[in-house]
Amino acid sequence: MLGGAGLRDNRRLTRQARDATLAGVQMPSPPSPLVRMTGITKRFGPVTVLRDVALDIFGGEVLVLAGENGAGKSTLIKILGGVHPDFAGRIEMDGRAVRPRSPQEANALGVAVMFQELSLVPSMTVADNIFLGRSPGRGGFVDDRRQRAAAQRLLDQLGIEIAVTRRVEDLPIGQQQLTEIAKALAREARVIVMDEPTSALNAPEVERLFSLIRDLKARGCGIVYITHKMEEIERIADRITVLRDGERVATALAADLPAAKLVNLMVGREVEQQFPRHAPQAGEERLRLENFSVSTGDCRRSVDGVSLSVRAGEILGLGGLQGSGATELFLGLFGALGRHVSGTALLDGRPLRIESPRAAIQQRVALLTNDRKATGLILSLSIIANATLAGLPRLSPGGWRRPAREAGAARALGERMSLRAASLDMEVGWLSGGNQQKVALAKWLHTEPRLLLLDEPTRGIDIGAKREIYQLMNDLTAQGIAILLITSELPELLAMSDRIVVLHRGRLTAELDRTAATPERILEAAMGRTQERTR
Amino acid sequence: MRGQAEDKSNRLGRLWTDPALRAGLALALVIALGCVFNADGAFFKIGTHRDALRQASVFGILACGMTLVIISGGIDLAVGSVLALVAVTFSLLCIHWSWSPWLAVPLCLLLGAACGGVAGGLTAWFRIQPFIATLAMMVFARGLAKTASGGMKVSTAVQNPDGTYRYVDVPAVFRFIDHRVLDGNLSMVTVIFLVCLALTWIVLARHRWGRQLYAIGGNEEAARLSGVPVTRAKILAYAACGLLAGVAGLCQAAQEQQGDPEAGAGYELTAIAIVVIGGTALTGGRGGLGLTLLGTLTIGYLEKILSINAVPEATRLMLTGAIIVLAVLAVLAQRRRR
Repeated sequence: MLGGAGLRDNRRLTRQARDATLAGVQMPSPPSPLVRMTGITKRFGPVTVLRDVALDIFGGEVLVLAGENGAGKSTLIKILGGVHPDFAGRIEMDGRAVRPRSPQEANALGVAVMFQELSLVPSMTVADNIFLGRSPGRGGFVDDRRQRAAAQRLLDQLGIEIAVTRRVEDLPIGQQQLTEIAKALAREARVIVMDEPTSALNAPEVERLFSLIRDLKARGCGIVYITHKMEEIERIADRITVLRDGERVATALAADLPAAKLVNLMVGREVEQQFPRHAPQAGEERLRLENFSVSTGDCRRSVDGVSLSVRAGEILGLGGLQGSGATELFLGLFGALGRHVSGTALLDGRPLRIESPRAAIQQRVALLTNDRKATGLILSLSIIANATLAGLPRLSPGGWRRPAREAGAARALGERMSLRAASLDMEVGWLSGGNQQKVALAKWLHTEPRLLLLDEPTRGIDIGAKREIYQLMNDLTAQGIAILLITSELPELLAMSDRIVVLHRGRLTAELDRTAATPERILEAAMGRTQERTR
Repeated sequence: MRGQAEDKSNRLGRLWTDPALRAGLALALVIALGCVFNADGAFFKIGTHRDALRQASVFGILACGMTLVIISGGIDLAVGSVLALVAVTFSLLCIHWSWSPWLAVPLCLLLGAACGGVAGGLTAWFRIQPFIATLAMMVFARGLAKTASGGMKVSTAVQNPDGTYRYVDVPAVFRFIDHRVLDGNLSMVTVIFLVCLALTWIVLARHRWGRQLYAIGGNEEAARLSGVPVTRAKILAYAACGLLAGVAGLCQAAQEQQGDPEAGAGYELTAIAIVVIGGTALTGGRGGLGLTLLGTLTIGYLEKILSINAVPEATRLMLTGAIIVLAVLAVLAQRRRR
């Protein structure tokens, strides 16, 4: 019943919006919000994660929800999306009180939430996923042809080029994300919530998403957008609501919130210097790669004849867009891809044995992977168990563990990383993103690496934790550790790298000194234009 | 006032969420049940408890190995068949061929470990799902047991070359395993169970390999990228599970005084049920042997209480099924609270 009403309203609204744009008139913000959330309070056990939060979502605008990790952003949209039905407070849609008790009910009300974790069925086709649970057909049988056609129409409208008959698991992650977006839109939602939708998208895909968002705005949809990327906020936000520690600290027009002020509101303290890279004191050559190649699964080489060198105490940044091969370079070097590597790799002048992660760790190479939940941490184990896992052989001579020594080691690492946790026996899954990342890093520091491979070390963590990780990188290089850094955030790459090499489809296309590196030159090289080496 | 109330509900919540307390609660409930339905005082006799423990011991030994495998994120369906294979082999060696137990026991245990190791190898090297690999081993080991025994129970009635039967004595090692200690108040198999439990407990809680199993069960890829020797650790877990199934086979043979190739059918499911009722997660990475001990006692006492109250076996099976569902529901309820 509710669902029908919602959809009808939606159609009326859409028509209104279209009429408005047809008449060449800028559509004014409707006087009353599509969604009004007031007094939202949510507790998880003894922890209050949201305290009396209010949020208005208007049609035809992008509302950015900003805040550090753990500020309560995800919880707030999960309440709106029906994931957390038990909360205190009131949600109104079009002036009527609603209370979505499940994601299905939220969908029926016209709210579509795209969570960070994709909600696709990997083994089903794109078309199946787009219409999941609402497939066209009769008597429970799916009319496949109609479904394919409808999915194709939708993707065409959106300008997304994906074959609707392909299985989602065969798609690269960026296209999976676009499929997720198409799925949300297929539900004719009036309110679309996107939680860090660009985390796995490359630059052209981000552009497509942004033009899509503009279309949706023109149609009168309300968009709630969560992101950690300042450039994105500057580009698409109409209004910004800032959360901190579960409370709303500000809501303002984007124009009234310049970046510095926004950051201040988010952290609640002055951020004097965002990227504090200290002058390097580079030492001997630590790693030299000559004509290094990695082949994964298919016949294409994901890393193709790369030569580079890093010195002790130096941070070498690896730039590149998605599919550049930088991550595969790390995995290959670390032995995670077995022996599918060729070329020369010298560590401190001696050939690096590339067999397994185990062998790499023994040679004091460490790899912080780009996805701490999937490949970095064991969420069901304690902080102590995670922090000591890679260095466990050293802590347990003869095979028998020494719990006291492990706890001591973990405590020392925790202090060094200023880890914030109630107890070191806590399961890592309970920690916030930033603290999880610190545990993942602590695990590698414990192995006392000579070469540290950092793949997106600050992905999805708050500004405070980012700064601490930058500081740590400075400390580590001061101790003579060589760091290879992959990051998709250009400002971070530029600020933290002493030198930058850029990869494009597995090949090295530029090598730039810190002083010579500009965003433009890096992007050009990342998009395939080979540059002369500036040394 | 409000703070106090919160504290209290918090404490109650913790009671519910701590798996050990929850498993202990289930056991207490079962024992309370026994006190009420005590079958005219039969439940308060020491012999009843001795027998409950004795009957639970073989399952408990299997469950110890099963715990290792389940914590590593796998499952072993072959333990019942391996038990039968070892029981048959042990009986053949000791009764028919009069081997010294000093030779027969290690050989039998090696056989059990080899069966487990092969299944583990199929899983770890060839990436066959544990369910399938151990299912294959379950069928294969059963066939091997029937081949070795010629399809007959291997008992003290030994067939002569001329087709007549002669009866031999029960070997000393059988009588040793089946005897009672502490003035007849504790069965030897229970002692063997407790020793197995203690050894696996120490290894799982204090050895590097135990931590590796938790890590693999929690997140195999993250474990591999942290330098955990995943293949070796997994194969060892299945081998240890097979070895413990071998121990259970020895006990079974000694208790029955014969090697029955049909023995142990369905025992793998009871072992899994014990592990689950204890609260070890079937998804791996969480749990422990303390929980398995509680699970063993719960299942053992439940069986005993039902049998002294002359509940028919059919009803007992249905009740056991219901209890498993309740246990899993309790675990799920706890997850949902998060």
